[in-house]
Amino acid sequence: MDRKEYDQLAEELKPSGHKVRNGLNAFLYGGVMGAIAQGVLELFMNIYHCSEKDATPMMSITLVFVACLLTGLGIYDNIAKHAGAGTFIPITGFANSMSSSALDSKSEGLILGIGSNMFKLGGTVITYGIVSSALLGVIRYAFTLFG
Amino acid sequence: MNYIMAFLFSGFVCFLAQMIYDNSKLTPGHITSLFVVLGSFLDLFHIYDKFVEIFHAGALIPITSFGHSLMHGAMAATEEYGIFGIAMGMFDLTAAGISAAILFSFLVAIIFKPKS
Amino acid sequence: MPSHFLGNSVKLDNVYIASTGTTCGPLEFLGPLGSYFDKGYDDYHCGEKSFEQAERKMLRDSLDICLKREKMKPKDVDIYVGGDLMNQITTVNYLARELPQPFLGIYSACSSFCLSMAVASLMIEGGFIDQAVSMVSSHNATAERQYRYPVEYGVQKKATTTFTATGAISTLLSNKPSDVRVESVTFGRVIDYSQDDPNDMGRAMAPAAYDTITTHFQDLKRSFQDYDLVVTGDLSTYGHKILKEMMQRNKMDVVRYNDCGCMLYDLTKQEVFQGGSGCACSGLVTMGYLYPLLKEGKYKRVLIVATGALLSPVMTAQKDTIPCIAHAISLEVVK
Repeated sequence: MDRKEYDQLAEELKPSGHKVRNGLNAFLYGGVMGAIAQGVLELFMNIYHCSEKDATPMMSITLVFVACLLTGLGIYDNIAKHAGAGTFIPITGFANSMSSSALDSKSEGLILGIGSNMFKLGGTVITYGIVSSALLGVIRYAFTLFG
Repeated sequence: MNYIMAFLFSGFVCFLAQMIYDNSKLTPGHITSLFVVLGSFLDLFHIYDKFVEIFHAGALIPITSFGHSLMHGAMAATEEYGIFGIAMGMFDLTAAGISAAILFSFLVAIIFKPKS
Repeated sequence: MPSHFLGNSVKLDNVYIASTGTTCGPLEFLGPLGSYFDKGYDDYHCGEKSFEQAERKMLRDSLDICLKREKMKPKDVDIYVGGDLMNQITTVNYLARELPQPFLGIYSACSSFCLSMAVASLMIEGGFIDQAVSMVSSHNATAERQYRYPVEYGVQKKATTTFTATGAISTLLSNKPSDVRVESVTFGRVIDYSQDDPNDMGRAMAPAAYDTITTHFQDLKRSFQDYDLVVTGDLSTYGHKILKEMMQRNKMDVVRYNDCGCMLYDLTKQEVFQGGSGCACSGLVTMGYLYPLLKEGKYKRVLIVATGALLSPVMTAQKDTIPCIAHAISLEVVK
């Protein structure tokens, strides 16, 4: 059997997965996450009598804390199983990627384990966030100079 | 009303990401990197600012907002420091999230044990 | 009379199974074959500080059980052959520090069980040694850490994923006659059908299984009819379907064929997606379950085709495809 025939056969027999269910779950879990974030944001705006802009970092810190805690307790991955992108797209996903990498490498100690591995999964987001912002920033700055 | 808008936007962005995840070989790492760049890009013409105005936390919580914040901080600093401002201001708005992530990840690693 | 290779296979006259020791993790113990294994553990740490040390403990325990059954000491064994899924085959190498005899480390991913049994068998058949121990292990958490993601990472696994089995199997092979013998061995070729999805091992490995099974049948002029059961190591549900279809399209009469990855777990109740994988998968099913059935006479002859995906995460990141292999051994009741 040649490669092409094999791929055709394999595609025919492929388990279907649950694309519709996954999409719906991602929407629901992600949406609920958004609503919770809104609640936390408004809570801090009330407590500190500040603007949305000032309360935003407080909300981020709170959600990061919760995500890390749930990761440590072994609960986060159970939620993520169902939520899919509903958990990896919000910043909670970023927090989970870092805390799970750090926790996983615990057996190799502080430096060679935790310290060296914390950014294994989250590093790519930071790298490309900065690289893209820098490049686009230069472009926009150029516009302001010459536009 | 804010809650509904937040729910809808956040849900939609996650739904989009799930569609990409289920129909390609891209990993969550790939998709989040893509979305962060998207967030930076949408701030180029102040589009993401509009999203935040309308959807509030719904636009602030996906990883796209991270790109938007990096861009925002960089741009704000160029007004004072010129081209250097891009690097100097980049983390102004995102420092909280990243610092918290590092600190709490460290604490979690110290306190807990991985379960499998 | 020393046997010569027939194609890629060898018929053996002098290799017998003296004893075995099987240890397994929580999910395997709770699975349909759980009661067949010698020792099960409640969690993945097995009382050790790290998952890697836990895997080594499981292997050590399986070896202790295996040797104690024959009232043998580690020094009584001529040579040890073993493998696992870790980089540098850490588990077996680090355990071998405790062994007073020579150790041959082998690696063929999840087909390491059959490979180590085959290598050990040939040395006995050739008259070079009297007894050998074949040992393999795999552990879900150590495999996830190395090949995929941190164990607490919130990633949604794809439908084609398989679940690395946690367990260790030690088998004592000897030239002293016993109830069950290793009757033949077929060494596999590395087959790469341009599959590049590390989350879909079944699809990558099925062609290798096909190549080895057809070679085995050609070399020894046999078919499915000559066996009470033919099992593949860990193609699991999807891969098993693909292989069956491949063989049927080639006009092969497929009867009494199953897959260890489908047998080790209750696919309806346990969260293992397509089924089991890992060295322990084929090892646990063969030595834990099929071997007792052979001893009881319920089966007369079985063929085990352990499948392995020889991928490296680095090469996958470099967009290379996944080379696979399958090694086969047949076990037979001594008349």
